[in-house]
Formats: sequence, structure tokens, C-alpha cells
Amino acid sequence: MLTHLQRLEAESIYIIREVIAEAKKPVMLYSVGKDSSVLLHLARKAFAPANIPFPLLHVDTGWKFREMYEFRDRTTREAGVDLIIHVNSEGVAHNINPFDHGSEVHTDVMKTQGLKQALDKYQFDIILGGARRDEEKSRAKERICSFRNGLHRWDPKSQRPELWRTYNTRVSSKESIRVFPLSNWTEFDIWAYIHQESIAVVPLYFASERPVVERKGQLIMVDDNRMPLLSGETPMLRKVRFRTLGCYPLTAAVESNAESLEDILCEMVSTRHSERQGRLIDHDNMGSMEKKKQEGYF
Amino acid sequence: MMEFIAEKTLSATEVVQEYAAKDILRFITCGSVDDGKSTLIGRLLFETDSLYEDQIQAGIEASKRYGTQGAKLDFALLVDGLVSEREQGITIDVAHIYFSTRKRNYIVADTPGHEQYTRNMVTGASNADTAVLIIDASKGLKTQTKRHSYLMGLMGINRVIVAINKMDLVGYSEEVFDSIREEFNNFHTKVAISQVDYLPISALNGDNLVTLSDKMPWYKGLSLLDILDTYSPKVIEDLKKPFRMPVQWVNRPNSSFRGYAGSLISGSVSVGDRVRIYPSGVESSIQAIYTFDGYKQKAQCDESVTLLLNTDVDVSRGDLICEINTPVEASDQFEVNVTWMSEQALMPGRNYLIKFGSLTVNGMITLIKHKVDVNTLTTLSAKVLELNEIAVCNLSLDRNVPFEPYSSNRSLGGFIFIDRSTNQTVGAGVINFALRRSRNIHLQHIAIDKKLRSTLKKQKPCVLWLTGLSGAGKSTIANTLEQRLYQEGYHTYLLDGDNLRHGLNRDLGFTDEDRVENIRRAIEVSRLMVDAGLIVISSFISPFKSEREVARSKFEHGEFFEIFVDVTLSEAERRDPKGLYRKARLGELKNFTGIDSIYEKPLCADLTLNTMILSPNESVNKIMAMLYSEGVLSDE
Repeated sequence: MLTHLQRLEAESIYIIREVIAEAKKPVMLYSVGKDSSVLLHLARKAFAPANIPFPLLHVDTGWKFREMYEFRDRTTREAGVDLIIHVNSEGVAHNINPFDHGSEVHTDVMKTQGLKQALDKYQFDIILGGARRDEEKSRAKERICSFRNGLHRWDPKSQRPELWRTYNTRVSSKESIRVFPLSNWTEFDIWAYIHQESIAVVPLYFASERPVVERKGQLIMVDDNRMPLLSGETPMLRKVRFRTLGCYPLTAAVESNAESLEDILCEMVSTRHSERQGRLIDHDNMGSMEKKKQEGYF
Repeated sequence: MMEFIAEKTLSATEVVQEYAAKDILRFITCGSVDDGKSTLIGRLLFETDSLYEDQIQAGIEASKRYGTQGAKLDFALLVDGLVSEREQGITIDVAHIYFSTRKRNYIVADTPGHEQYTRNMVTGASNADTAVLIIDASKGLKTQTKRHSYLMGLMGINRVIVAINKMDLVGYSEEVFDSIREEFNNFHTKVAISQVDYLPISALNGDNLVTLSDKMPWYKGLSLLDILDTYSPKVIEDLKKPFRMPVQWVNRPNSSFRGYAGSLISGSVSVGDRVRIYPSGVESSIQAIYTFDGYKQKAQCDESVTLLLNTDVDVSRGDLICEINTPVEASDQFEVNVTWMSEQALMPGRNYLIKFGSLTVNGMITLIKHKVDVNTLTTLSAKVLELNEIAVCNLSLDRNVPFEPYSSNRSLGGFIFIDRSTNQTVGAGVINFALRRSRNIHLQHIAIDKKLRSTLKKQKPCVLWLTGLSGAGKSTIANTLEQRLYQEGYHTYLLDGDNLRHGLNRDLGFTDEDRVENIRRAIEVSRLMVDAGLIVISSFISPFKSEREVARSKFEHGEFFEIFVDVTLSEAERRDPKGLYRKARLGELKNFTGIDSIYEKPLCADLTLNTMILSPNESVNKIMAMLYSEGVLSDE
């Protein structure tokens, strides 16, 4: 019998093959994080020895960590995949940023609207993403194939029943399906698999001395000089790492000594906080993830 | 969070190895919100240390706002995810929840219990290895427990755990427990459940969930988690069955590599094994088993691999590769159990897409034998099947498919219905048995075919499908068109509602179901006539988009032309050539299209004729022009 990780891997490969076989214009959302790294690895496994039969799409907000950009360019070049980078140019023109506009506006304009623009522009019908059901409560109800209407909206009440391993990916024009092959993986599964398969991830996941300031009890890394410092704030070098990666001003670091994958796994065995705690955008309101999803957020 | 999986003294590699080696068991919980189902799951997460501190904190915040337990943590709120559900206090969808014990990882499908959510429960059960049925000790065995048990049996879950909850409300009484157990024991064999484990619990207090409680010393069995740990996942049984793998994807990166990618649904396969491919029936053998990590000698159930065959055979997506000595049967007619999941009722005779894993075919229900009252398990006759209803039906497919009964193979015996026009998943079915077995899966070869017949007539056969409201001018155009074609020397036939309804379709009325059947027969007759080499003019109101799409799908490309005879309802009503609109308005005629039955306009007809502008002759000119430009008619 297959082990737990082998079954998860086989199930994800099955899902990826299944939806791509029926897609007219598929794409994979690539956010540069650990889940994206695992998803890319699985997609390569699904179609080997052929190349991945779809491009990657990175919806860039302009505020990712510098190391993420380096990692993105290196990884996609080495894997020989097509990468589409989309930035909401309207947002850039209005200089939308997390400091002046707050996390909610920044995320909506640069991430949610940016994603919708890219999907409208390229007319993708099958959109693979690395979301997992264990990330957040409203994600627990998400289908593996999640139907979105022509306005990219998610309506929890109009989702298709998903029986056995039979997926209904049929859509009319403008409608689309977001597919989550990692639905049944937990955060621990992701790290265990990265360890087992020696998958490269952004070095920010590993502890190192980094310049941070403390805001509202959260450690924020000063990744470049665009970050305005409040009076009395001086960046201090602390040994930190990130459990989740996003826009650097919105992603809190945790103090840690975990410098390797082995250390991360050991740390997880004893940790008491979920990874999304470092995501400032989930804490804006109760039910905020569900609301963002309805509006088209991934 | 992982105390259960490892001691902290283990190295990371050991931690991963121990964790990775565990298996997965999927179970579904059945019971309504009042029975304490969400509380039970919340407790299991809490007690197995599967929650993080911030998740517990969020649960406490939510408890203050929505909770029923005062200032205490309301465990149910750790589970109920969506805002609207929290406010209503019910679970409306399938939530998937993950936790681990030292032995294995669990995936829980948490589904709602009310009758209006039967479809969600069936969905959740389709992937489950077992079920935990929750009964409220203070209320005893209720109708809904019987319904849930029936659904579990239907979906192939034959071994279940009955957790008799809220024992605290009945003074932890052994007698109450015994009487409920007795009652369920007398019931469960009626619903295809063969094995049951019983235990008394209090989800609210955590009694007997993870460890045995001292409140019920009379209970000598295991705790809920310990019972679950003794169950085996279905894959263990599947592993023992013969090798089967549906092909998902033909991988052909270059001319020297041709692999068939898929996931094994049963058994195992080794290099050199002889196989048979369905539906072609062709034999071959396994040349190699390719994976990203290299070639391997053997693959087993659940694995995703790419198989290379020794011979050059034609294999496509949806085909089935099988071990050669245990052939599967193929059929196109089945007795099935259907669970309907759409507000638009299932109608016998209406065409749906039927999807089994990677294989999609056309099919229809030809007969509803009876529906099942899920509360009383009695059978009832039915003409249509409404949302959440379950029935035994006959299914007819447009081609033979390799199958196994659902009870022996979920993947080859379970399918979904997809509505052709809305693309929604509208139902699910499981195969009981084939009504007609065709071991010989090749079509009977007929010496004289459509091509030869039409060559003799010196024409290209086709069907011109005229659709539109009553009074739009279909009959006039059809008549004029047939005369014109006849004069030019073509062999034609005109089919319309009148000549069919007086004979072949005299048993049909005007309800939606009868209209669907009327059109189905019209399509089949048109098909026979096209096969005979004729140019067929079919003039039917044919108000439903899905039926017209079916009609198109039955013909080859370039053989079917949808012609929309367009007129406004007010103009059709003003013309009223047969006086039917007047009768309908007076209520003397029921289900009249345009009045009390809908007409779905074609959105992409091959030709639209607006008869408020065009005369019948002008309309026919346009049709003739289209036939010439499409190559059906030619000047030669």
C-alpha cells in the first residue's frame, strides 16, 4: 500500500492530469511560495517526460521580498517553463501601496483586481493554484474544482457536487474553474514532501539574521528603503524566518533558529501557531477570507 | 501540534519517515447539528492536538459572538466555516478536516444532516472509507438516522460506527444505550450495512472520544479514535483486485515515446504483464512503467504512472487498460441508483452527459422504475425525479462502456450527470448491473451504409431542423422548401409535430417530460432517415436548448443545421393560424409554449429567419443559399 505522502502525491498528479486533459487554455498560478514550489514539482511529474503543457502566471504586486523575485526568475528559467508576469498597471499609476492604503486596499487592487485583469486578458479556463483546505476555515469547504462565474466570483452556494474522483470542468465562455490539487495536503505534508523530494524553496523560509521592526506585536522585515519607519523605529537584526510569503510589509516573521529543512520539521513538531497567523490580511475582519474569495481572490 | 506523531527526540528524517509511512482513512460524520456532530469533530481536533493556539483563540472569539456555550469554547464553531453558516447555526456544505493519530492521518468529511442536504451527504460519502453515525441518546433512533444509514449503504459504506451521543443527558445509562443499540441492530441489515460498532459518548464533555471515560464503567469497548484506528481503508481491498487503469492522458513528447498516463484504480501491474484495452478489446503487454523518478518494475493501486505498451495500439483518454485474464464487461444499458442534485428535475428521455472518471459519454434515463422514500424506505412510482430524490432507474448510453457494479468497484461503477446546457453537475448514479451484456463490443458491420445509399441518390444527406414558436411560420417554410428541393431533383422527407403526433407519438401529451420524449423520437427518426440518405426537414417547436443540442450531437459535422424561425410572441399570437394561442389564454390548453411553458431561444443557430420581415419564399432562398455555401447542394 502507498504511504501517506505517496498517496497525496499520486492524487495531486491525477487531478492535474485530469483537468489539463479537458482544459482549453490552462494556466498555473505561481506565487513563489512553498506551495507553488510543490505544485510546480508535481506538474512536472504529471507530464514527464514531456514539458509542462501550460504557462505559469505570477500576479505581482511590486511588494514581494527581493529574494522571492530572484528565486522566481531562477526557478522558472531552470525548469524551462513559460512565465507570465502581470502587474495591475492602474494600481501602479495610482501608487497603491500597503503603507498609504492599508492591507485591505492594497491586496484588493494589486492582488484580487490584478488577478482578474490577467484572467480576463488571457481568457484562461482552467487555473491551477496551490491553496490547501487546512489553511483557513472557509477553505475547508472549497472544492478541488471550484467554479467561478464570468466575473470570477465564488459563490459557496453554487458549487458543483464533487463525487469520487470525477471532476466536472465544463464551463461556458468567460467562466472558469480554479483547481486546487493540494487540497488534501496539510502544512506539515508540504514540508515533509519538500524534504523527501529535495525541492528548492525561497531562502526566506530558513532562519537568518534579518533587519526587522516590531509593529503591533508583529515582526516586519525592512526589505528595502520604500518602507517608511515610524518615529523611534530602528531596524534591528533578529534571527527570524517566514512560514508564509507574500508582500513583505504584510508578512510577519517569526523568531526562529530553524536554518534547515530538518530544523523546520522539528520546529513544526512543537509549534503552536498556524501559518496564516503571519498573514496580516486574514485578520482584517471576521470571515475576511470568505469575503475576499467571493470577490475573486484566490 | 504533532505530539501524536513523534517524540521530540527523533531526528527530522525520522519524524518524516514515521509520518510519511502512515496511511490515510477518510470518514464521514452523519447526524444533524442537534446531535452534536460538529461538537464531536471539534473535540477530536482539540483532543488530538490538531489545532494551533491561534485557531483555538479564534474559536473562543467566535464562541463569544455566536456560541451556545456561554463563555466556554463552543467546539462546533471550530468546524463550521462559512459566515452564513455560523449565523444560522447549521452546516450547509461538505467541509474537509484533517487530523492525525500516532497510527494514521484522517480526513473527515463533515456534511449536513437535514433532508434538504441529501446530495451533500452522498457527495461526502462517495470518497469515504467509513462513517460515524451519531444518535442523540435522549431522542433515540430517529427517521434521519435511518435515512443516513440508507445513504451510506447506497454509497458503498458497509461498515459503520454508531456513536450514541449526549450520554450525559441520560445519566450515562447503560439501559438507554442498550435499547438504542438493539433497535439499530434490527434495522441496519435492511440498508446494505453489514457491520456495526457501537459506543456511548458525550461529545460535549469528551467522554470516550480519545480515552475511555470513568463515567461509563459498564462500557467495555474501545474509544472512538481507537475503533477508527482498527478500520482499514478501502484501498486495501482494491489492492487485492485485478489490475485496472483508466487512461487520463496520452503522453507523446516525441516520436520515440508514447505513454499512457493514469492512476491505478485496482490491483497492481508489472513490466511484461499482458493486458487488454477497452473498448477496442485489443491485447498488448507492458513494455515499461515510467515515472518522473525513473522507470520501475511494478506499480500498485492508487499510484499515478505512465505505461508504455509493447505493440502499437490505438489508445485514447477514457480507455481502460486491464489485466488480461479477468476481463471487464461492456454494456450500454444498466440498472442504476440515481441521486438527483438539481432543482431542475430529471426527466426520462432527456439527454445528459454521463461521466465516469475520465470517460464522458451521452446518456439518458429511459425509465424510472421507482423512487425510494429515504425516510421510510418504501418505494413510490415517479415520472420525474426532483432535487434530493433517489430512484432505481434504467440508464441507456450512446456507446458501450467497460464497467463493474459499484459494489465491487467504485471507480468503474459510479458516475455523474452533467446538464448539457448549464454544465452543472445535476446528479450522481451507481451501477447495480447491466441490462444487456455485450461481450462482443464491436459494432455489427453493415455492408450497405449511409455513404453508399446517398451516392446512389447523388446527394449529401442532412437534417434541416426548424425551431420556433407556434405560428412563427415553420410549416409554411418547410413545405415551400421541400417543394423547391423536390423540383431540383433531391430526395427529401418532411417531419413535423403533426405527422409524428398522429402516429408514432400518439401516446405523448404536452408536459415537459412528454415534450422531451417527443423530440427524442423526432431526433431518432431524423437520424434513421439521414442514414437512409435523405435530406430531412424537421419542423418542431423544440423549445428546450438542451434537446436541440442533443439533436446536433447525434449527427456528423456538417449534417445538422439548426434554423431558427424567429418571430415575436405578440406577432405569433396575432397570427394564431390554428387558434391555439386563444385557447391557451382561455386556459383550455395547458403547457402551451410561449404562454405557460418556456421557449429557449437559440443563441447560435446556423441560420435565423425573421418572418416578420421575410416572406416564405425569401426564407427558402436563404436556406438554399446556406445549403449551397455549406456544400450540401452543388451545381454539378
